[in-house]
Amino acid sequence: MGKTQVIVGLGSCGIAAGARKTYNEFQRIMQADKLDFELKKTSCIGMCFREPLVEVIDESGAYLYGEVDPQRVDEIIEKHIKKFSPIPEYIVQSDKYPSKDQQFFDGQVKISLRNCGHIDPESIAEYEARDGYKAIRKIAAGNISPDKVIQDVLDSGLRGRGGGGFPTGMKWKFARNNQSERKYVICNADEGDPGAFMDRSILEGDPHGVLEGMIICGYAIGASEGYIYCRAEYPLAIKRLNIAIAQARDKGYLGKDVFGISGFDFDIIIKEGAGAFVCGEETALIASIEGMRGMPRRRPPFPAEAGLWKNPTNINNVETFINIPWIIYNGPDAYASYGTEKSKGTKVFALTGKIRHGGLVEVPMGITIKDIIYKLGGGITGDKKFKAVQLGGPSGGCIPEHLSHTQVDYDSVNATGAIMGSGGMVVMDETTCVVDIAKFFLDFTQKESCGKCTFCRLGTKRMLEILTRITEGEGKEEDIQTLEELAETIKDSSLCGLGQTAPNPVLTTIKYFRDEYEAHIRDRKCPAISCKKLLTYTVIEENCTGCMACIKGCPVDAIEGEKKQTHKILQDVCIRCGVCFTKCKFEAIRVS
Amino acid sequence: MRIQRIKPPQNGDADPGKVDLSLMDALLEKYKNRKGNLIPLLQGTQDIYGYLPIAAFYRIHESTGLELNEMYGVATFYAQFRLTPAGKHIVKMCHGTACHVQNVTAITDEILDNLQVKDGETTKDGLFTIETVACLGCCSLAPVMMIGEETYGKLTPREAVKIIREIRRSENN
Repeated sequence: MGKTQVIVGLGSCGIAAGARKTYNEFQRIMQADKLDFELKKTSCIGMCFREPLVEVIDESGAYLYGEVDPQRVDEIIEKHIKKFSPIPEYIVQSDKYPSKDQQFFDGQVKISLRNCGHIDPESIAEYEARDGYKAIRKIAAGNISPDKVIQDVLDSGLRGRGGGGFPTGMKWKFARNNQSERKYVICNADEGDPGAFMDRSILEGDPHGVLEGMIICGYAIGASEGYIYCRAEYPLAIKRLNIAIAQARDKGYLGKDVFGISGFDFDIIIKEGAGAFVCGEETALIASIEGMRGMPRRRPPFPAEAGLWKNPTNINNVETFINIPWIIYNGPDAYASYGTEKSKGTKVFALTGKIRHGGLVEVPMGITIKDIIYKLGGGITGDKKFKAVQLGGPSGGCIPEHLSHTQVDYDSVNATGAIMGSGGMVVMDETTCVVDIAKFFLDFTQKESCGKCTFCRLGTKRMLEILTRITEGEGKEEDIQTLEELAETIKDSSLCGLGQTAPNPVLTTIKYFRDEYEAHIRDRKCPAISCKKLLTYTVIEENCTGCMACIKGCPVDAIEGEKKQTHKILQDVCIRCGVCFTKCKFEAIRVS
Repeated sequence: MRIQRIKPPQNGDADPGKVDLSLMDALLEKYKNRKGNLIPLLQGTQDIYGYLPIAAFYRIHESTGLELNEMYGVATFYAQFRLTPAGKHIVKMCHGTACHVQNVTAITDEILDNLQVKDGETTKDGLFTIETVACLGCCSLAPVMMIGEETYGKLTPREAVKIIREIRRSENN
């Protein structure tokens, strides 16, 4: 074993948490003290709640340190690197030391994220050192036919990870069977679901893995060109993809007769999305690559028949493609050994919201929601009560606490009214108002509706108006029924997935939390104490010091009182803006 | 609906009109005869000027034959494109689900209040444009904002305003 290695996690989240400072500090001390260790970069390790993360690998083993700020860098260098004495209290994972965070890793099976956090994403050599490009080499060396590749994908049971859950092998078969001079492979990297970031992590952490998946798909369906449609909000992902593509071209992994397969030419181009959620829908995405407004069109014909520039096209998302090399290299049975009968393999979830251990987790299909939240996620922050989890973003729905024994697989999740979606899991506690969440999602889909279908364009707007009214205490008795009617109509008469699923958050919250809607409408109360317009602000007399801070802050002069005397809020003037609550330093404002 | 997002230029809005169109030559040369070149052309133009000047649409039309109405349709459809000049620093406030649950609205309100602008507007000194966006993909650090290419996580209203003030201070020096 050679030099000690110090690996800093530099994904987008890591950088936002200050990882670049950490990296620079290691570099500075290394140069100043002329230390002999190797400083490397990697991407997201998935453990976002302990960022910035640094892994130290020396002769005795690997040690993952959490929350490494510049001060901890000094300590790690002094104790661990100079004196070979690791610092147990900062370690979040290691074979040598137990860590209270170990449960975050237990139960995870990393297939999609196999390389994330383990390799330098800007190094093709490191990818190849971890079985990279071996799947396509296996195909080339064994002269495996495209049909056999497709059969392997079918046998693995892999279903589209973008949300639809359509069997990937089937999609490939359709594209293969359509004869044409030109065919295309498209990687959908327009990850637009607010609350999901696994595709970003994969692109930033393992770009070559995605390229290899696309090359294999190109071979299987007989395509010569691939496009990656990546949202412009992910600049780091685009940068690393560009580096990876240049490296692959240099090595001859893209271009003519790739991997020595005669007659198989394949190249990949990146298209930057221009910011439209609807472009996650495949026909809209194709329109966008063609340079038009991203509006969906009718299917059939499906893209497998007439896609990009009317040629047969296969579209899969990032997480689907990253699984392909693993499946081909390790065999379909190995993949199918994970998961449930109808949902095979593993799925990545982005755990966010009111959860203690937020981050990216990859688990076998079939694990229960409860296990994800309490075992991997460490439970709810601040020991509040778990209320519900929103699965599938704006197209998905709320799954309430009493259904948390639900297994995560496509069919069980669908049965609750939510969808698997891309795997965003936003955890909500008792202080989150479900009516407000439904309003939030509808506000999103309403803005993102492309405007083509009338019911999606106008229906979502009307639903949003009703929900806004309810959260402001102006709800009417018939509102719930109107919402349900509108929801059904929108679902029935929209062309694409955006409209067909837009009402889901409203329908599921009405289904599981009807009493909260009724409390807003009938009692003008928000049980979660969240909807501002329904709150009452009062002064807690014992705590008030008479500091005047709230009086100065109040925009409508609704608070009266002299200096050093208890203040009073005039309820009929108060506009419930909450400024007094934020200004008060003595916890003397009660919200009820 | 999407199209309402971007305000077309109003009478009196500054469209300098004096933009140096020769800056676009290399871009036009590169994409002139390519299929599906409309969006990359507009993206490239915005990279040059920071927004899409009216004169640039005409320049693209003369050079490539792309129709003005198609370009305008695309420019108003996608959130990325702007038809008026933006501030020097674009502040993207993440209003994704995770940030919403962690009360980003209070932070945005505080910033807008502090800078005396509305969502989508630019400060009078031309330093900041505030935009609310759907999701920046840093959900576990929610609430998050992005200024330029720098992302700031786990914000409170006070910290967010402090960050903006510091940028302003360094600009004024």
